Amino acid sequence: MNLHEYQAKELFRLYGVPVPRGNVAASAGEAQRLAEDLGGTSVLKAQVYAGGRGKAGGVRLVKTSAEAAEVAMSLLGSTLITPQTGPGGLPVACLLVEEAVAIEGEFYLSITLDRVASRYCLMASAAGGVDIEETARCAPEKIHRQLIDPCLGLRSFQARHLALALGLRGSVCEAAVELMLNLYRLFLDKDCSQVEINPLVTTADGQLLAMDAKINLDDNALFRHPQEQELLDHSQLDPLEVQAGRFDIAYIKMSGRIGCLVNGAGLAMATLDVLQECGGRPANFLDVGGGASREKVAEAFRIILQDREVKGVFVNIFGGIMRCDIVAQGIIDAAVPVSCRLPIVVRMAGAQVDVGKALLASSGLNVTCVDGLGDGATRIVELLA
Amino acid sequence: MAILIDQDSRIVVQGLGRSGLFHAQRCREYGSSIVAGVTPGKGGTYSDGIPVFDTVAEAVKHGAANVSMIFVPPPAAADAILEAASAGIELAVCITEGIPVRDMVQVKQALQGSAMRLIGPNCPGVITPGQCKVGIMPGDIHRPGSVGVVSRSGTLTYEAVQQLSDAGLGQSTCVGIGGDAIIGSGFIDMLELFNDDPATESVFLIGEIGGSAEEEAAAWIQRHMRKPVAAFIAGVTAPPGKRMGHAGAIVSGGKGRAVDKIATLQGCGIQVATSPARMAEALLETLNRR
Repeated sequence: MNLHEYQAKELFRLYGVPVPRGNVAASAGEAQRLAEDLGGTSVLKAQVYAGGRGKAGGVRLVKTSAEAAEVAMSLLGSTLITPQTGPGGLPVACLLVEEAVAIEGEFYLSITLDRVASRYCLMASAAGGVDIEETARCAPEKIHRQLIDPCLGLRSFQARHLALALGLRGSVCEAAVELMLNLYRLFLDKDCSQVEINPLVTTADGQLLAMDAKINLDDNALFRHPQEQELLDHSQLDPLEVQAGRFDIAYIKMSGRIGCLVNGAGLAMATLDVLQECGGRPANFLDVGGGASREKVAEAFRIILQDREVKGVFVNIFGGIMRCDIVAQGIIDAAVPVSCRLPIVVRMAGAQVDVGKALLASSGLNVTCVDGLGDGATRIVELLA
Repeated sequence: MAILIDQDSRIVVQGLGRSGLFHAQRCREYGSSIVAGVTPGKGGTYSDGIPVFDTVAEAVKHGAANVSMIFVPPPAAADAILEAASAGIELAVCITEGIPVRDMVQVKQALQGSAMRLIGPNCPGVITPGQCKVGIMPGDIHRPGSVGVVSRSGTLTYEAVQQLSDAGLGQSTCVGIGGDAIIGSGFIDMLELFNDDPATESVFLIGEIGGSAEEEAAAWIQRHMRKPVAAFIAGVTAPPGKRMGHAGAIVSGGKGRAVDKIATLQGCGIQVATSPARMAEALLETLNRR
């Protein structure tokens, strides 16, 4: 789960990670008042679940509170398209209004999981403010890393190594150490999967400030964080993905015409792969779960049908223990009441497969049953050709 | 012979709730010895003939269990794994999906130097066809044979096994290592076991996007593997930045892409199936080339 920048910065403040003065505004009036409190000159930042906002016009420097109102008016309610939002962009419902800071140095700082070491890793680079992935590719030696022992936690000396590697000295170095320790405390307390500050800056008056703040929370740990769950902004997500999430179905919208309903993540990925190999384009990734129920299959099918781009559906269920007649019943529950006329290719394996096929055959739906994964993919692509 | 489990494995089921009991029954039908269950608070009772204990230590003492199959829900799953290790269990197979990463970071650290091997979490389990099943996979698609199967996936493994069985390629042992970012045992751990297992003559490896486990496995195979290996990697069509169902299946920062994994495997001389519909074919071709 993502947090907005302003939410992440509120957590930063709480944990002693210094951020610029500022607050969130949902109207032009609020933005104007906040800018006035900051002395007029301020920065307005569109709050969306994506990076690359600056170049897309989502981060604006204003000189007066009147200008703040004007810019807020144009940004609020608009759709921001950045390289990370996809072509549809994301709606801007609020702005972070912050003091403008005289920046001296820019750095990068993050904590993520190192999968190879199975440990969290604190990373820092003096090449801040730019795309860190680009740095990782072109100049990996510019990224400094410290693996964190889960029993010992992040130690001051480790943080100091990184601060010194960034070229920080004296009181700023010690401030950076404290900042990193606080950031790790926040990371653990809130079960983050990533925190990133890009850029972390030193100011003309010798302060350290997190100019940007990105926090991702571990979805698996949300049950421990009911307060943070409340922070989820549904407007930033695909409505179908939200609906799927409520039923514990993993759904990702894609750009093709073939709706896919599969059980198990690996098989669901492989199903998209085989469709593409046959010249088809999947409309979505959908994992209904390893052993889904009739209700879940029905809900998954309804979600697929809500996507207007879908012109046919490929159901690929490797049941095993899951019964195929139950799967068939789920499809029928969803498709028959809405008189679905789309071609549906169903590949089912597992117990009661003949009963399942018979149910589908007598359902009045436009169903073709096949036995193999390859056959199924070829068939649905042919039907939509 | 096989790896990890065989007809002598004695299994305790941690978390004998609705789903735990259902799968314990399926395993028992397959021929696995389910000797005990553990559900704190239910000690002294029986569940469909399975004696239930409050702790794993009691289950080990009374039932001589050496393998644990874990169904404990995410909030208590890490504790269940650590309890199994402390009770002297040799192999824990954790089926549970959705364990917080922070918990697994601690578990992984705690198991360093432990005698217990952990498979999973978020995995379908382990099966040695004809002998023993510790997991949720359908038993009937498997055939005893000489192909070792190792996979990060669940149902995609069933697909592969079905194709192998249909092609007359039985399996020595099939291991689902799990779809999470942190798992107890990796590809290389299983490849080492298959390499030394007389019953295994070849290996089929199923990987997916995210992380670099497949790349590391490829390098290991090139250097150490004495048996033919073929592979499939899921997710060539996966969009970057999206978590594809499995917690560990994500392409981030241009890393963990399927195309790179496939290229690395091929570069190490490993045949990679071009389609999930032709996984058995890829292994057959590899075997015929030898």
